Amino acid sequence: MGNSDSFVKFDNIDKSYDGKVLVVKGLNLDIAEGEFVTMLGPSGSGKTTCLMMLAGFETPTNGEIYLDSNPISNIPPHKRGIGMVFQNYALFPHMTVYENLAFPLRVRKIPKDEANKKIDKALSMVSLQGFESRMPMQLSGGQQQRVAVARALVFDPQVVLMDEPLGALDKNLREQMQYEIKHIHESIGVTVVYVTHDQSEALTMSNRIAVFNDGKVQQLSRPDQLYEEPVNSFVAEFIGESNTFVGEVIEITKDKCKVKLNTGAEIFANPITVKSKGEKTTVSLRPERALINPSSKMENNHKGKIEEVIYHGDHTRIRLDLLGNKQFILKIPNSSSNMDIKLGNTINVGWNSKDSRALDSK
Amino acid sequence: MSTEKILSSDGLPLEVSLRKAERRNKIKALLLVAPLFFFILIIYVFPIGEMLFRSIDDRKITGMLPKTFKTMENWDAKELPGEPVYAALYEDLSYLKETKTYGKIIARLNYEKSGFSSLIKKTVRKINKFEEGNYKEQFIEVHKKWGQMAYMGALKRAAPKWTFAKYLKGVDLKYDPEGEIVQVPEDRRIHKILWMRTLNVALWVTIFCFVLAYPIAHLLATLPMKYSNLLMICVLLPFWTSLLVRTSSWMVLLQQQGPINDLIVMLGIASDDNRPELMYNVIGTFVAMTQILLPFMVLPIYSVMKTISPSLMRAGKSLGGTPLVAFYKVYFPLTVPGIGAGCLLVFILSIGYYITPALVGGASGTLISNTIAYHMKSSLDWAFASALGAMLLIGVLTVYWIYNKLVGIDNIKLG
Repeated sequence: MGNSDSFVKFDNIDKSYDGKVLVVKGLNLDIAEGEFVTMLGPSGSGKTTCLMMLAGFETPTNGEIYLDSNPISNIPPHKRGIGMVFQNYALFPHMTVYENLAFPLRVRKIPKDEANKKIDKALSMVSLQGFESRMPMQLSGGQQQRVAVARALVFDPQVVLMDEPLGALDKNLREQMQYEIKHIHESIGVTVVYVTHDQSEALTMSNRIAVFNDGKVQQLSRPDQLYEEPVNSFVAEFIGESNTFVGEVIEITKDKCKVKLNTGAEIFANPITVKSKGEKTTVSLRPERALINPSSKMENNHKGKIEEVIYHGDHTRIRLDLLGNKQFILKIPNSSSNMDIKLGNTINVGWNSKDSRALDSK
Repeated sequence: MSTEKILSSDGLPLEVSLRKAERRNKIKALLLVAPLFFFILIIYVFPIGEMLFRSIDDRKITGMLPKTFKTMENWDAKELPGEPVYAALYEDLSYLKETKTYGKIIARLNYEKSGFSSLIKKTVRKINKFEEGNYKEQFIEVHKKWGQMAYMGALKRAAPKWTFAKYLKGVDLKYDPEGEIVQVPEDRRIHKILWMRTLNVALWVTIFCFVLAYPIAHLLATLPMKYSNLLMICVLLPFWTSLLVRTSSWMVLLQQQGPINDLIVMLGIASDDNRPELMYNVIGTFVAMTQILLPFMVLPIYSVMKTISPSLMRAGKSLGGTPLVAFYKVYFPLTVPGIGAGCLLVFILSIGYYITPALVGGASGTLISNTIAYHMKSSLDWAFASALGAMLLIGVLTVYWIYNKLVGIDNIKLG
């Protein structure tokens, strides 16, 4: 085994389809062996293109992809030994489940006994024993999905790619499959590269998430870091919800800065990308980090007017007009203590300066 | 299970009220379909049925010699018949002479056995001089053929209302004087050759069409829209051109002084004074029919390929299949329904193809359909033409049946 920290390595990859627009721009990405990495991003951000280049169905316009330290740009897809789960499963409709799973083993000329053992193992992994002789059309969407996963794993590939595999399933099934795929990954330790535009899917399953936008990786980090510590305003807004204030840095120290908003109000924030006085910035704050009637003394403490109250079952969302931001969202757990949450009331809202992150100004 | 009848709210059994509610819709649907139904009945089923019926219809002669045939029913045709048959023959022929209609039976009887023409003419001329009684002797006196089993047997064979003689003729068989089925003399066995040639041409045209159409259909299904539209127009263009024009243009191209021959000479494949004959033989038939029938193969295959997701081939490759294996194991089996539809369509069309072989086929390139046309238009043997047509129909149905056994007719897709 080569370098296990960069088992899959995208080295300065450019990709253009038409010679005019770069879909992927100077992409660098290292994926460790056994890791579950998700490429997350809006559609058209280049994430699927990256996956297709890794699978070998697209060629990089520039740069090189390494698999276990070997360049693979000139290796055709069928020799890469990469398993793939397609968006619409791509099960062979004229073959039974057994034949679908036997396909990758048969082309590798694996003896029948051994192949049968592998197929059994793969099917039991997705709990589909006894379905060998069914045709794909006779299976439900979730079952087809499992067969597709089993087929991508049955020949013990080094890497498994999954291209929005859960997109066609309904919500409950999707959540269930998320856990199953996660557990399968944990139990066999294969390297998984997963593409999705669904952030909750990414947050649930991955070891690390690469957020794509505009052909570039915006941030590559653990799900909790990604959510708690976004490094730029795109990530902050793309992942989860955030309240933003636009302003200018007027005072800055090592771990604190003062931002003057366009309305004239001043707030304290945690300088992430801003370096000096006078810089434009977007301050981002997670809704659940802001508290009503803060008991302890918080650096930021402002009054806001309740514009809208939306009941969400386990929590209530409140839209405030705060410091000129009419879209300021608060999330409060539903308990009996919230007395004065009424439309039109004015309430005190406070947060710690380290939770409001001063990022680039877009 | 309870057999109790469920009643609807107005007290009627549910079944009855359902039928009542649906009746209006059913009548409406029937009325919509009725014009088409009658149209098909009048211009399709009836004329074709009538035409096919002619191939076995032999009632004309039965009606002209009614008494003779009636008395012949009891005759075993082992030796000459007795007096009653000759007496009945006398009555029938007298009547035919009176009404001057005996000419009509001559052609039919002559077909059964040559020599009847002079026999009937001579007999009719002298029939007024016959005396009552002992007709057998008088007949034989007029012409000794009346005393020969060959002629009397032939007469009896003409008796039934229905005959399969035309079908036998279609495969170069006939009844011999003893009523046995035998082959016609070797120099007259032309139909079997025609059948074999027709099948051969249909088979090869189907194979050529498939070989040419499969890559075209694949291109059509996979090219980006703007190119595939253009290609589709190229495929369909022949459809929009008259069949006659297309065949004639092949005649222009394939003739001995035509551009294709010029090219062959220019490339040095053949010398100028030894130009190959590309037309008026089976080559011309192959080339022109393949080109003309190609769209019928392309379209069904294309429409099936269009439904095959490109990710299936990708899946095949990513699972370790070489492009060839992925094609052979994944893509090709999925196109089989389209191939089946296309092959069946082209084979059935080419087995009955007429204009093209007639124009570019020459003597060695004509097919069974040209013979049918010949008998319809020139020899006016409609019964035979219709028998050949019926045999062609049976052939097509057999192909269909075999296809159903091998591939299954549900497994056919035209789009």
